[in-house]
Amino acid sequence: MTLLDPTLEVPRSDADGRSVPSVLHEWVVSVDHKRLGLMYIASGLLFFLVAGLEATAMRIQLVMPDNDFVTPQVFNRLMTLHGTTMVFFVGMPIVLGFANYLVPLMIGARDMAYPRLNAFSFWMSLFGGILLYSSLLGAEGLFGGSAAPDVGWFAYAPLTERAFSRGNSTDYWNLAILLSGIGSVGTAINLVATTICLRCPGMTLSKMPLYVWINFVVACMILVAISPLTAAQLMLLLDRFLGAHFFDTQAGGSAILWQHFFWIFGHPEVYVLMLPGFAIASEIIPVFSRKVIFGYPIMVAATVSIGFIGFSVWAHHMFAVGMTPAGNSFFAISTMLVAIPTGIKIFNWLATMWGGKIRFATPMLFCIGFLFQFLCAGLTGIMLAVAPFDWQLTDSYFVVAHFHYVLIGGLLFTIFAAIYYWFPKATGRMLDETLGRWHFWLLVIGFNMTFLPQHFAGFAGMPRRIYTYDPNRGFEIWNQISSVGVIFQAAAIACFLVNVIRSLFRGAPAGDDPWDAWTLEWSTTSPPPAYNFETLPAVQSRRPLWDLKHPDDPDWRFE
Amino acid sequence: MLAPLPALAVDAVVHTSNIFDPVSAPADSVFRIAMLVLAITGAIFVIVGGLLAYSIIRYRRRRDDDGSEPAQVYGSDQIELAWTVIPTLIVLALGLVTARTIYDVQGAVAPQGATRVTVIGHQWWWEIRYPALGIVTANELHVPASNEAGATPTFLDLESADVVHSFWVPQLAGKTDVIPNRRNQMWIAPREPGLYLGQCAEFCGTQHAHMLLRVRVHPRDEYDAWVAAQQQSAVVDPSVAAGRRVFESTACINCHTVRGTVATGRFGPDLTHLMSRDTLAAGAALMSGESLRAWINDPDHVKPGALMPAMKLDDAVLDQLVAYLQSLR
Repeated sequence: MTLLDPTLEVPRSDADGRSVPSVLHEWVVSVDHKRLGLMYIASGLLFFLVAGLEATAMRIQLVMPDNDFVTPQVFNRLMTLHGTTMVFFVGMPIVLGFANYLVPLMIGARDMAYPRLNAFSFWMSLFGGILLYSSLLGAEGLFGGSAAPDVGWFAYAPLTERAFSRGNSTDYWNLAILLSGIGSVGTAINLVATTICLRCPGMTLSKMPLYVWINFVVACMILVAISPLTAAQLMLLLDRFLGAHFFDTQAGGSAILWQHFFWIFGHPEVYVLMLPGFAIASEIIPVFSRKVIFGYPIMVAATVSIGFIGFSVWAHHMFAVGMTPAGNSFFAISTMLVAIPTGIKIFNWLATMWGGKIRFATPMLFCIGFLFQFLCAGLTGIMLAVAPFDWQLTDSYFVVAHFHYVLIGGLLFTIFAAIYYWFPKATGRMLDETLGRWHFWLLVIGFNMTFLPQHFAGFAGMPRRIYTYDPNRGFEIWNQISSVGVIFQAAAIACFLVNVIRSLFRGAPAGDDPWDAWTLEWSTTSPPPAYNFETLPAVQSRRPLWDLKHPDDPDWRFE
Repeated sequence: MLAPLPALAVDAVVHTSNIFDPVSAPADSVFRIAMLVLAITGAIFVIVGGLLAYSIIRYRRRRDDDGSEPAQVYGSDQIELAWTVIPTLIVLALGLVTARTIYDVQGAVAPQGATRVTVIGHQWWWEIRYPALGIVTANELHVPASNEAGATPTFLDLESADVVHSFWVPQLAGKTDVIPNRRNQMWIAPREPGLYLGQCAEFCGTQHAHMLLRVRVHPRDEYDAWVAAQQQSAVVDPSVAAGRRVFESTACINCHTVRGTVATGRFGPDLTHLMSRDTLAAGAALMSGESLRAWINDPDHVKPGALMPAMKLDDAVLDQLVAYLQSLR
């Protein structure tokens, strides 16, 4: 098993004396939410390494002007694969994987509501990723066209039409995303049903852990957001194969139509990826501050309002397409509104730490990194919401910096926090703290070194998605610092991989509740048995284990 | 892998194209609101970041901790109300300022005497037409400067011949997308004569990186002289008649126009006054006989993926052709 992927390691007692094929078979046919969750996360991490290498190649190309490390054709494919992979085959599988693993445990359930649908959804997502990368095998000459897609991850029409994208590269992109979309919708349906129907006795909606609440909102958002994406992909498919003209501008189609369809998916998608990060922070910050989350009802309300507002902001990606002043003003103001609930969340995390006794274990370090970096991402988001400022900033490197602060500085940091926090639960072993600290600090340095200068490259007038630039524009210095940062990031990821592999075999035994935490997953064994709980728990408050540990001062008196 | 010819791509002078160095009306408006936004977000960063840092340091677990749990605080309606209302007020104020700037910039009406230019995006070059003046050129936009006597803005109609592009010269204005099947508008009113650089800002295919723009802002009299020169038909120079015959008897004329000759193609740039331009292939190389020769010999070598085909001319014919093109001043 370990030969294939160490993060899929099964508990030793399970694997002893069994052949690799039989263990493998057990995982492949599994409908257990925990195994599917781990497979989601493992597949996401594998694609993360691949897409990270793609980014590294791009950073090498951009380290100096007029470089020729890769050709423009290869650069455009790297850029498209990197974006598509990171959003659909890294971000989505990892956040859904954690939800899969944790939601049933946190609500005291034995599995997801539809275990078979769960397995189906995971495999659809994975096949989507495999299909995307099998485009690399499609030889150049097969249809007279290129192999990997090269139209960018949001694939603006009519660049994707037959006239401009010959061959089948765009079709690989199109079908890969259609497939993964089916998987995402399946898992979203499952999460909604599980959360509504399978909560243990006593767990009313207002007593669910914030993690569950936020992922519930995320699942609802997926159900609405994926549909326009799927519709757009089907229209593109019709354009390309059956001569429809939805986006075919040469036959009267509309280029803007694609943008509306894509971004009414694409912007909620940003929250679909980022809210699970908030969910993770909302569990970890209280435990390591030793305080209950501040303002639980407001946190829920803020999450739900982000869910709603998130659907009315999509055209802020389109301030430069020539909308009317009224349209631009509407989307500028609706986008700024998002800052209010998001700000409330940051203030509540701050208030949770205030007066606490903060323990700087690795999960908390990553959450602290997240707080500062996400603050930057939020503030650059406000700059982009100001439509006139956006006319300068959109499609420049400033945007690249902004969304990497969201997705790496925000989401990836919380994902690492989650891995350090729940790894002991999933494997029964602790990750090493020393390596964890190296991982954290190298990543903080590398990440900021790579992406902070990109803000300034954007100010200097550097558009995104260019495979090279002239030496006379003042872009070099920012690009050079940016590329050097990659070395630190790579070292950080190496520390992480070594840590995971080593700890799987030699990590300190974790016990059931290594962090002295309060939610239900810590009441069962590490790793949990297939049935999760011997007897289904019953709860009286949002922190059932706090009540157990402090019978004199239980939460339910104050909620 | 194809190395770009080193001699062709060097423009030693560093030109700024920084958005914080505006020289034209719409870019000025953006600059002012950008400063306001930077001040607000900077203040928020200092306050919130400071509070975060303070609480993390102040409330760290000490060495001599007794292991007891700190006081559990579940929330406070007053505090929650405060940090809901204050950001709401900031958003409201910022929203109104934003809307006003949007209406200011987008609502501008072309005054009498404004220059009107149609800019057409192509994969991967810019066609620039002055319909009222009968001028067609490429990649380099020439406009008059506004002075104390009054603003003489230039209004641009943006169209695309193929995919979505975006017109961006940071010091003059924010970007506006150039979209097929649609006519967008933007305007600039540069105050200071000079050269301003920009480029396509929406990914448009293989050579998106080499779809560069130059805007030359002239004092009024210099601009009028440029217009008069561009309105001339191509010069006829008998000494390059051989090259002209090559040009007119190969596929060149299917795509290129040279006014006053049989060449009337519209797919590629108008070459009537080719040598009046600083660059070749939308900024992939500086204009010179040498780079013209390299470009015609194998466009893909100078600009990989470019849509102009190599004509497979032998050296002698190529020399004649380049001599002819160099006469197009």
